[in-house]
Amino acid sequence: MRFSRFAAIMRKETRQAIRDPSTLMIAGLLPIMLIFLFGYAVSFDPRQFSVGVVVEQPTGETESFVASLRNTRYFEIETAPVRKDFETLMAAGELDAIIILPQDFSAIALRGEAAPIQILVDGGDPNTAGLVGSYIELLVINWLEQEWLDRGQPPLAPLVSIEPRVWFNAEISSRNYLVPGSVAIILTIIGALLTALVVAREWERGTMEALLATPVGPLELLLGKLVPYFVLGLGSFMLSVFVAVAFFGVPFRGSFLALSLAAALFMLCSLGQGLLISTLTRNQLVAAQVAVMLAFLPAFYFSNFVFELDSMPLALQLFSYAIPARFLVSTLQTQFLAGNVWAVLLPDLAALAIFAIVIFAICALFTRTRLD
Amino acid sequence: MVALVTIEGLTKRFPKQAEPALRSVSTQIRSGHIVGLVGPDGSGKTTFLRLIAGLLRADEGGIDVGGFDPVANAKEVRARIAYMPQRFGLYEDLSVEENLNLYADLRGLVGSARKATFERLLDFTGLAPFTGRLAGALSGGMKQKLGLACALVVTPELLLLDEPSVGVDPISRRELWRMVSRLTDEGITVVWATAYLDEAEKCETVLVLSEGDLIFDGRPADLAARVEGRVFMIEGIEGDRRYVLNKARQHEAVMDGTIQASDVRLLLNENAHAPSLASIGAGDEARLQPVAPRFEDAFIDLIGGGFRAESPFAGGSERSHDIAIAVEARGLTRMFGSFTAASEISFDVRRGEVFGLIGPNGAGKSTTFKMLSGLLKPTSGEARIAGVDLRTAASEARARLGYMAQKFSLYGDLSTLQNLRFFARVYGLTGVRQRTMIARMIESFALTDKLDENSGQLPLGFKQRLSLACAVMHEPDVLFLDEPTSGVDPRTRREFWAHINAMVTNGVTVIVTTHFLDEAEYCDRAALIYRGQMIALGTPAELKAQAASSTLPNPTFEDAFIALVEENEAVNAP
Repeated sequence: MRFSRFAAIMRKETRQAIRDPSTLMIAGLLPIMLIFLFGYAVSFDPRQFSVGVVVEQPTGETESFVASLRNTRYFEIETAPVRKDFETLMAAGELDAIIILPQDFSAIALRGEAAPIQILVDGGDPNTAGLVGSYIELLVINWLEQEWLDRGQPPLAPLVSIEPRVWFNAEISSRNYLVPGSVAIILTIIGALLTALVVAREWERGTMEALLATPVGPLELLLGKLVPYFVLGLGSFMLSVFVAVAFFGVPFRGSFLALSLAAALFMLCSLGQGLLISTLTRNQLVAAQVAVMLAFLPAFYFSNFVFELDSMPLALQLFSYAIPARFLVSTLQTQFLAGNVWAVLLPDLAALAIFAIVIFAICALFTRTRLD
Repeated sequence: MVALVTIEGLTKRFPKQAEPALRSVSTQIRSGHIVGLVGPDGSGKTTFLRLIAGLLRADEGGIDVGGFDPVANAKEVRARIAYMPQRFGLYEDLSVEENLNLYADLRGLVGSARKATFERLLDFTGLAPFTGRLAGALSGGMKQKLGLACALVVTPELLLLDEPSVGVDPISRRELWRMVSRLTDEGITVVWATAYLDEAEKCETVLVLSEGDLIFDGRPADLAARVEGRVFMIEGIEGDRRYVLNKARQHEAVMDGTIQASDVRLLLNENAHAPSLASIGAGDEARLQPVAPRFEDAFIDLIGGGFRAESPFAGGSERSHDIAIAVEARGLTRMFGSFTAASEISFDVRRGEVFGLIGPNGAGKSTTFKMLSGLLKPTSGEARIAGVDLRTAASEARARLGYMAQKFSLYGDLSTLQNLRFFARVYGLTGVRQRTMIARMIESFALTDKLDENSGQLPLGFKQRLSLACAVMHEPDVLFLDEPTSGVDPRTRREFWAHINAMVTNGVTVIVTTHFLDEAEYCDRAALIYRGQMIALGTPAELKAQAASSTLPNPTFEDAFIALVEENEAVNAP
């Protein structure tokens, strides 16, 4: 290992990165695009649901029930005397749920018996269906309680007041965990995809062959190629954190230093993956496809970034431990929303460090200064 | 003189290939020589160079470079050698100076020594005015010089050049040769891989590779001496020289024959008597003139003679009686942005003529070619095939033409037979006619053994044969061949030309591009394209006559090309 040769490769790589508009696009523009995408366009927060209420016989009670539904911001309510039209609308996907208040609703409810309300939910989207179902249930109970209190009678059920408080993401805004999580995706793309492309390009254009015929050693080549993209990746990381906090108002409660350390370790994993892919494929097109398959998609699906790992089958949950992004996402989300939780941070850092070491060991094994 | 490189029983195999790329090659490379490494594509030249550079590991045998093993002592060997791979190994997005700096850094050349070396190299290569220019913006010849300069930042003991002259114009080729000869005066040993046999002729020693075997190792003159007295030129032919060649090729005394402008060159078998000129239809005025053998004659002798069978296309039905002028180019101009790739190119090609578009890569011959065949729309000017304007009736015109692209453009994942069937259908051949034509192609191009192989896996010669088969299956009146013989061995080149000549005799018109300047001599007429301009048009004999001078009474076509380019530049100089 001689410093001057390492520095020569590094200088060359930096120049090429700066001159190649696609590199700067991937490192500068893509992070901002992704953050804005996850910040604005993608949201898992409840929207307004369309609910049709069938009132078979209007009474004071049914009116007060419908009014209580209307008072929440979650529902857009329509009423009708029969259910036929609503069924058609639900089949067309324009209604999320139908609530049917039968003829004897008032009478039964006021007798203190279980009022038979039928709730029909569109199960086409199970998430929405579950959400709508439980909201309506909750509203019905609230309304009943209120009705009994209004009449000065003791409520049906023992009075337990539930006052939920949400910690860490008080507004329950999905943006607050999507935006930090997207940083992991950005670093995966810069590390794996960009590196895979630039190294494969050298093989394709025959410059690698010329380089290998000089006294350059494998370590000088490896490090000289990685350092510029490592720096580029950390730059994108800081840009992303800045945009997340400054534009989207995502709270940042942890230590920036600790998060940077995790990001740096993760960056090493991605770079190593990219290098490995391009060394084995030696072709830009194949390298890009493999990088998407082996680095980007797993980071997207198995990192707890969008898809909750807890709700996946055990086998996939176990598989997720083989994905470095999983450990970065958990650190990102805690560092942003909860703060320095050492019990999360330390295992994550350790895992990322192990990944980095293993990937680089494999890289060193495959990086030869020969063509075969 | 001492041997710098000693090679013993060198064998290299690649996975998934039945035959080894190199088979027990043993030789010595002596200090201070230019050694030509000669052979067609796929003969093992690049593998040989890579093994010496330690970029590949040998399966059997050993290499010794100045006392070191290239793999075990990679550091020591790489400090002593310089290697210029094909396409020169330059970073196109770095400038001339940055490329030089990179290689100087990697080889530890610093301080005032670097400054002095750069000055010397830039002066030597003539690149001094272009140090700030990106390597990608250089011409082919300049790239080649920069590649050489990068390889020479530290004076090596051994310089390995892998086909440095491919795709470079003849003038740059000559300059490069002069530069490299000067290096050997400084004691540098050079291995120069090439597919051009005329370059091999100028080397001190040559290694001739054929399908992985070293078939000759020695001085080119010694090889040429083997055919001394067996090479003749038939001059003053009356009538069709293709007919004479075809007759002569099949005569038992003749080992090889080629057309050379208006004459026919023959290589006779050992101790054979030349055929009587009357028996091959050369006419009463024809003379048989003994000439000095060339390296190529000896090469053909070494590989057991040229293509001597009758082309299966001979004696086919007469075609395209209805036209006199097969192809017309009228002021063809094509701009790419502000760059003029082809400017005001006009000529006529008569029916049954072989017309050559000759010029270095990037000169505009492929652009012209594509405009003529209707693949590229001219910015201005027009092209007609058999009188049909390509702009108004492209598909009608296209039905009359066959096209063989420069790169292998068949479906690599389809088998040979599937490709033939596909192209037959594309050209509208059906039923009995389809079966007959496919069977004929298989027979004509000896594809029987390769029918079920994926065409992408075929050896280069077979790929080219299959490409030609797909282009001629529908019996076109006009055949466009874009560098049909690029990279193929001399025997396959002769086979191709035998087919072309036979088709032309039937009335087919052929337009061909080539960068083998000796092939230009096979044409009836040729247009020289240089920097987007047609700088000369005429028969090969006329073009050569234009370049003849008192110092060079019998110029080769390459001499003619260089003279015409220089003349053109002198006229256009400000």
